[in-house]
Amino acid sequence: MAHDATHAHDDHGHAQPSGIMRWLTTTNHKDIGSLYMWFAGIMFLIAGTMALVIRAELFQPGLQVVDPEFFNQMTTLHGLIMVFGVIMPAWAGFANWQIPLMIGAPDMAFPRMNNWGFWLLPVAGFLLVLTLFMPGGGPAGGWTMYPPLFIQGGISYDLTIFAVHILGASSIMGSINIITTILNMRAPGMTMMKMPLFVWTWLITAYLLIATVPVLAGAVTMLLTDRNFDTHFFNAAGGGDPVMFQHIFWFFGHPEVYILILPAFGVVSQIIPTFARKPLFGYASMVYATASIAILSFIVWAHHMFTVGMPATAQLFFMYSTMLIAVPTGVKVFNWVATMWKGSMTFETPMLFAIAFVCLFTIGGFSGLVCAMTPVDIQIHDTYYVVAHFHYVLVSGALFAIIAGVYYWLPKWTGHMYDERLGKLHFWLSVISMNITFFPMHFLGLAGMPRRYADYALQFAEFNAIASVGAFLFGFSQLIFLYLIIKAIKGGQKATDQVWEGAEGLEWTVPSPAPYHTFETAPVVK
Amino acid sequence: MASQTGGYYLPAPSHWPIVGSVALTLMALGATFMINGVGGGWMLWAGLAVLAFMLFGWFGTVIRESESGKHNRQVDLSFRWAMSWFIFSEVMFFAAFFGALFYMRVLSVPWLGEADTMEQLWSGYTATWPTAGPGLTADGYQFTPMGAWGIPAINTLLLLTSGATVTWAHWGLKKNNRSQLVWGLFLTVALGLAFMGLQVYEYIHAYNDLGLTLGAGAYGATFFMLTGFHGFHVTVGTLMLIVILGRSIKGHFTAEHHFGFEGVAWYWHFVDVVWLGLFIFVYWLI
Amino acid sequence: MKRSALRPLLGKTLAALSGTMISGVVWADYQFNLREPQSALARDVYDLHTLINLVCLGIFIVVFGAMFYSIWKHRKSAGHKAEHFHENTTVEIIWTIIPFFILIGMAYPATKQVLAMKDTSNPDMTVKVTGYQWKWEYDYLKDDVKFMSTLSTPRAQIQNKEAKGEHYLLEVDEPMVVPVNKKVRVLLTAGDVIHAWWVPELAVKQDAIPGFIRDAWFKSETTGTFRGQCTELCGKDHAFMPIVVKVVTQEEYDAWLAAKKQGAAMAAADNSKTFGKEELMAKGEAVYNANCAACHQANGAGIPGAFPGITGSAIATGPIDAHIDIVLNGKPGTAMAAFGNQLSEADIAAVVTYQRNGLGNSVGDVAQPVQVAGMKGGAEAAAPAGN
Ligand code: HEA
Ligand code: HEA
Ligand code: HEC
Ligand code: CUA
Ligand SMILES: [Cu+2]
Repeated sequence: MAHDATHAHDDHGHAQPSGIMRWLTTTNHKDIGSLYMWFAGIMFLIAGTMALVIRAELFQPGLQVVDPEFFNQMTTLHGLIMVFGVIMPAWAGFANWQIPLMIGAPDMAFPRMNNWGFWLLPVAGFLLVLTLFMPGGGPAGGWTMYPPLFIQGGISYDLTIFAVHILGASSIMGSINIITTILNMRAPGMTMMKMPLFVWTWLITAYLLIATVPVLAGAVTMLLTDRNFDTHFFNAAGGGDPVMFQHIFWFFGHPEVYILILPAFGVVSQIIPTFARKPLFGYASMVYATASIAILSFIVWAHHMFTVGMPATAQLFFMYSTMLIAVPTGVKVFNWVATMWKGSMTFETPMLFAIAFVCLFTIGGFSGLVCAMTPVDIQIHDTYYVVAHFHYVLVSGALFAIIAGVYYWLPKWTGHMYDERLGKLHFWLSVISMNITFFPMHFLGLAGMPRRYADYALQFAEFNAIASVGAFLFGFSQLIFLYLIIKAIKGGQKATDQVWEGAEGLEWTVPSPAPYHTFETAPVVK
Repeated sequence: MASQTGGYYLPAPSHWPIVGSVALTLMALGATFMINGVGGGWMLWAGLAVLAFMLFGWFGTVIRESESGKHNRQVDLSFRWAMSWFIFSEVMFFAAFFGALFYMRVLSVPWLGEADTMEQLWSGYTATWPTAGPGLTADGYQFTPMGAWGIPAINTLLLLTSGATVTWAHWGLKKNNRSQLVWGLFLTVALGLAFMGLQVYEYIHAYNDLGLTLGAGAYGATFFMLTGFHGFHVTVGTLMLIVILGRSIKGHFTAEHHFGFEGVAWYWHFVDVVWLGLFIFVYWLI
Repeated sequence: MKRSALRPLLGKTLAALSGTMISGVVWADYQFNLREPQSALARDVYDLHTLINLVCLGIFIVVFGAMFYSIWKHRKSAGHKAEHFHENTTVEIIWTIIPFFILIGMAYPATKQVLAMKDTSNPDMTVKVTGYQWKWEYDYLKDDVKFMSTLSTPRAQIQNKEAKGEHYLLEVDEPMVVPVNKKVRVLLTAGDVIHAWWVPELAVKQDAIPGFIRDAWFKSETTGTFRGQCTELCGKDHAFMPIVVKVVTQEEYDAWLAAKKQGAAMAAADNSKTFGKEELMAKGEAVYNANCAACHQANGAGIPGAFPGITGSAIATGPIDAHIDIVLNGKPGTAMAAFGNQLSEADIAAVVTYQRNGLGNSVGDVAQPVQVAGMKGGAEAAAPAGN
């Protein structure tokens, strides 16, 4: 499907810019997708390094590497950057590359806005990293930015707030673009219920973004005015309430965690059928389950606040609604297993990561359920049990799915097969070290180690040491991934159009690498 | 290369977004430095200027594309989806502040007046709405809440009327009556400006005569943030109306193809509806 | 729930599961589970946790048993040919409904416990607990006993200059003391930022929110010393404000209370005394190291950019009233708290004197408790909010 020359082009006298200008001004969804992916990779390196600083300090009791204030800055920026600078941009990168290819569209609906949506991210990333060089250092109030602690801080706290505003603007542009593309640019015959599941999950994710990111913007705006303009939203002396921030933040924050995981569900739902050589089991129920998770996610937020002292009725309501999410999520897990059942499976690296995802995400889901039980959460809230929970759903969940997706589509993007042997090595190292890092954190939390602690009591020493060793192993294993990606870009075995034997869908009908412009004449889907 | 393939208009590479990013960098840094008292004012203004330059350039390009007929039905539909969801995101932004208002009125302020809390921390506080909160009240802070039936009521009328005039202008456009279009828009802009003028007057009155400031506790904060963000939206809406008024005078828009007009009209109606919420919950039911 | 039966079972399961991960280490030293409960409520929570774990373990084994069986049996390399089914409404309905009922089974005991935890009525005694950066204040409301509780682990241990003691980071100068088998209601609040008061063995954790009162309760069934920590990020020394609750017999408690009251009377007498400079400096140094050194540093140098130095500070070397004022009332919107309601007048006088004449400053004048008391009048009303 090469460039279709029969159509009229009008140039406005613009030539295609080259060099750096190509990337700064591009309106091509594949270019922008690549930019998103590289940005996510670089931020992953930065935020991962911060995690290693955390783990280095926690290797032994006592203060060895950093002081507690800097430790808190590392925790805060690690959380903020991983969530807003790594996982979300990576998903936006997938959306850019894949959605037009998967629905047979020539590009995204708003290519220029698409460019802006991306180029706001380096601005926000720059501001966040810049905070570390401000007087007093970076923000140290946790990625959740709770007042009044966040109100005490200095100049870098304001910078952080503006960075969050800009990240929000980027997310809103991105999600409007994605919604419009999906609703309005599908190829003839591509009905909603024929869309690949990745497209469905992103559509629903985009709605979550549009509904919650502005609320986050409102919350941090109130923080800003409380900090600088004498308002009393979060100050009891003026009739406000610090806990109100938590309500508003988590109204965004909980849907946010599904923003991070729903595209992962989508990717895994593409990969498993391919390597099981069998259609996805329960397509329709997958769509309904995703929608149910999204809808439920709006009414569970206060499960992050079981210890703030809500009335019993509120605690019960949020406990029940949270527990309910296990039902649609279970449907997904069962469907994946049923897809594998009686298939004809092979285990290339994307499939390995997808299987690890299903298994380890479920462990994270179960620990989430443990957190959802109010009386138990009151014991484990703000301990390493929660840290274990969310790294299982974020690292072996969202991150593994991203890695799986990169392996899966890398041949389509670069035109070359990646090195399968290195891929397998990367997989085994990652899976083992990830569990060494985060499994012991369950025990730490149960035994009573609070989170966001620069130093801890002696009985927590052993598991912390183990976790730190695992973290360094995990971090350095990712270098293999980086090497392997660069290698595939540079060359390697030519990929076929279909790449994988069992792969189905429009993206596998175009050549590998996918030409700069695809589907300029819409394909017809039967 | 700009291409119009499969009927969908795909723009050429554009430098406007990156200009916008530069603008936001300057604005964020400038604002941070300014509110922390370490200079930066020039940076904020420079950022705003670059932003204005970008908006002119970008929208100018889009308008030219529209007028040269590059926007077919599918592109038009994209704009419609996008504008609708953008407005939805704005609704959620206001929802955060309305949420704060309801939370304080219904929950946190009454809690502060509950027996244990009051006894231990805020002796003598009676929790009523509107309030400046127990701490400020104990310090002797006093203010008069803004009444609903003066300027706010007039403003309600102005905005409701402007909603009607913009619709009237739309009718004019649809039956190709250009003077009705221009006059309708002109009246809408005038009503918008009048609204803004009165709002400014009301703020001055609040600060000078009523002791009602941003610092007036829960009531002051919600009052100014809600009406302030609304006022900001009115300003943006009025600017957009002025742009389409100018375009109408220049002869842009046709009876069939005028999303630029409709987008602004939707936005204006949205601003109108938010005001009704404000009028009821901020001014009236106190 | 048959608690005693469930607990060891889970412990073993967990140990066995993780055994594969960290083989070769001695098990006995590792704590895998919640700490040994010391109250009925804590025991219920422990058992609820065990129950959920077993249910999840069961589901895990069934689901992933099936998955790994399939991975083994239905692989291409074993010659398995793919079938093409992709729907089965009956199965899908079943696996939607079964989890739903399992969840109801878990929600039932949890609901009962939530209601029990929230029932703070009819306490035997009430203690108001206030969190400050970074210490706890205990106020025995009916008995007029009120004191601060700060970390007693020496900084040298934290800096690795000394061997760490057994209760490293879990020890305080003045523990909270309560009688055994009494329902103790705690009223939680904070003076600056949010903290959280947690004693794992008693299953009580409650955030301390500035400007609001929240309550919780516990009733220990055994005597002993139970240690917890602050569990809400509250700034730099979040990790250094532990909670120690000493549960004692009623007689011991009564004796402790009487001694405390006597101590309080002596401290009150201090507030009307006039001290000599030496006395003030000695006392001031102790107060400074306990309350101020965390930010302004033991040598008074501060941390540039975050906490100003005291040495050479314009306020600490300027007019004494302004100096007393910032210590009494703090500086809203910064980490500098109002110490007026944390320290006695004598303490404030002492620390101000110490800051003016020690730490490299030599202003010469001294502050006296009465002078502080005189300035306190206006401060009282504005103080508690923090900002
Ligand atoms: C990708 C991100 C992600 C995902 C998907 C989830 C998923 C879930 N989370 Fe998690 N969570 C986070 C990210 C995520 N979480 C983060 C980042 C935090 C901490 C934030 C902070 O404080 O910094 C957090 C914190 C957090 C808390 C607060 C803990 C505390 O601070 O005290 C709670 C409490 O209820 C919770 C619950 C859940 C539940 C019930 C799910 C459910 O969706 C899980 C559902 C899945 C399953 C249950 C497994 C599969 C199901 C089956 C196999 C079916 C059968 C099962 C049964 C019948 C049991 N999470
Ligand atoms: C998606 C999100 C995400 C991810 C992936 C991670 C990854 C990791 N996290 Fe983190 N974490 C959070 C989200 C995430 N985390 C959040 C939200 C918090 C809460 C913050 C708060 O409390 O406020 C948190 C908190 C948190 C804590 C608790 C801190 C505290 O309470 O004080 C710890 C402690 O061990 C930790 C550790 C780690 C480690 C070791 C990794 C490792 O997996 C990281 C390993 C990665 C690397 C070392 C980088 C290697 C990269 C390369 C080599 C480059 C490759 C480049 C290309 C491919 C281009 N994290
Ligand atoms: C939580 C950290 C913290 C603690 C503990 C603390 N301070 Fe401060 N202090 C600050 C900060 C921050 C400032 C700067 C406030 C500002 O911005 O003006 C400050 C300012 C001061 C100043 C004014 C210095 C100047 O030149 O501006 C004095 C005097 C002072 N503190 C005394 C004390 C005393 C006495 C104590 C203990 C009883 C104490 N501080 C404990 C954080 C702290
Ligand atoms: Cu106090 Cu953490
Ligand atoms: Cu959540």
